[in-house]
Amino acid sequence: MKKLSDIAYARSGDKGANVNVGVVFISKDYYDKALSKLTSVSVKSYFGTMVKGDVVRYKLPNLNALNFILYDSLEGGGSETLINDAQGKTFGQALLMMEIDIDD
Amino acid sequence: MKNIRVANGQGFWGDCIEAPTKLIKYGNIDYLTLDYLAEVTMSIMQRQKKKDPENGGYATDFVSLIDSNINEIINNNIKIIANAGGVNPDACKRELIKISKKHDIDLKIAIVEGDDIYNDLNNLIKDDHEFKNIDTNESISSILNKIYSANVYIDSFSVAKALSLGADIVLCGRISDPGLVVAPCIYEFGWKKNNFNMLASATVAGHIIECGAQCTGGNFTKWKDLKDMDNIGYPIAQIREDGTFDITKPENTGGLVNKFTVSEQILYELGDPKKYISPDVCVDFTSFNLEETSKDVVTVTGVKGNMPTDTYKVSISYFDGFKASGQLTVSGPDALLKAKKSAEIIWKKLEKIGLVFDKTSTEFLGLSSCHKSIAKTPNIINEVVLRLGVKSQDKNIVTRFTKELAPLITAGPPGITGFAGGRPRVKEVVAYWPALIDKKVIKTKVIL
Repeated sequence: MKKLSDIAYARSGDKGANVNVGVVFISKDYYDKALSKLTSVSVKSYFGTMVKGDVVRYKLPNLNALNFILYDSLEGGGSETLINDAQGKTFGQALLMMEIDIDD
Repeated sequence: MKNIRVANGQGFWGDCIEAPTKLIKYGNIDYLTLDYLAEVTMSIMQRQKKKDPENGGYATDFVSLIDSNINEIINNNIKIIANAGGVNPDACKRELIKISKKHDIDLKIAIVEGDDIYNDLNNLIKDDHEFKNIDTNESISSILNKIYSANVYIDSFSVAKALSLGADIVLCGRISDPGLVVAPCIYEFGWKKNNFNMLASATVAGHIIECGAQCTGGNFTKWKDLKDMDNIGYPIAQIREDGTFDITKPENTGGLVNKFTVSEQILYELGDPKKYISPDVCVDFTSFNLEETSKDVVTVTGVKGNMPTDTYKVSISYFDGFKASGQLTVSGPDALLKAKKSAEIIWKKLEKIGLVFDKTSTEFLGLSSCHKSIAKTPNIINEVVLRLGVKSQDKNIVTRFTKELAPLITAGPPGITGFAGGRPRVKEVVAYWPALIDKKVIKTKVIL
């Protein structure tokens, strides 16, 4: 088991009422290994009640990166929501705390 | 091969005020781009203009920036492209002309018009332009009498035209953020509308630098590795005639440019990476390569682009009620219990007087308010910030809410403080409505 933060970088932001989390792996090896572990299903389940809608995953093999769209995760859009993290800036850091079953 | 150095000195209105000055002085740059407009900024400006139709509605910071740096801008032969015009570029230009006269310098200031369709909106709707919300598919009829602003993300060729007419400063309203960088490439390299790969490459460069220091070490996962963050360098894209480019920052500045600082920013606010749609081109973000070619230099090659769509994106903002958020600091022992009790007291009191809000929120800052169940709750919580918020279409009941926090200091559990700021401010909610419009109906114009 590893923490995602040991093998990847992440950044998040808002897209309307949705959040995107970009995950960049430190090597192609970890990117390849993570493809079957860091999925739209595992990410949706990890975020629990923070993500009300679907999770969609896109691959960017050129950057050893994955892009997740977390639909309906801000309790409204950027200016309308009442939550403190109105633009989903902290979701990337949250995902990095995930435990992931990957060996060296 | 011919190349130009294009910098970003402002990622949003409110970004570091010294950043553009440092780029002008030490960046050895050809173009300085400044992005002042977030999605809702236009609506703030539209309201400023309503209050003061002559003078309101543009990014006032921009005028002070030019005033303080006008000599270096001219001496270093730097052209400036900024969306500082907002919804009143004429007013912004008038102020800039005053400044150029004051310094006795002949500045050529161009305005690119055509993005602001607020006054045409009703006619366009009558002509069967739907302006359906592209996120929710809702019809615009539900917000028709509440619209504050409507702006089209115009293409970069209109901005390039302003440069070709000899402008020193190009003032735009709503242009796509990467377009601030694409425009000087079109002008300098003579790129045509069908040079999709080159336009796509400059669009990626623009996307990387559009948020200022977010590609040079800001907001970076490995923040502990960074040096001199108090002097973080703002980004420069050195773009070649064939579209390939380097991302770097001025020498002797803090922060870091490497594959990962750049990759994190490439992914920022990204949707489907194969279909990044700009007004100029559709970009495939899975097509290119990054390479660290020198210290603090990342080279990007191989960007592929495709034909753009036949629509422009329109950013519409509208009035959507009122909101307020306020907070109290609650200290231990039993900080969390006290905070929960305080929230319960406030909501009960408001319920008793019969107030019903469209939306409320109760958060405990310091205690997983950002990461919810993902973060473990610590055993000892020595203090917590209670943050409460409400939203309603009725301003009166939002105002009523703002009066219920302070009484807790004397009438609630002990050890509550942090109310020095006074009652929370009631804010108008300006919501955002993204839509599309047929490119054929939008005509842009350069005024020099």
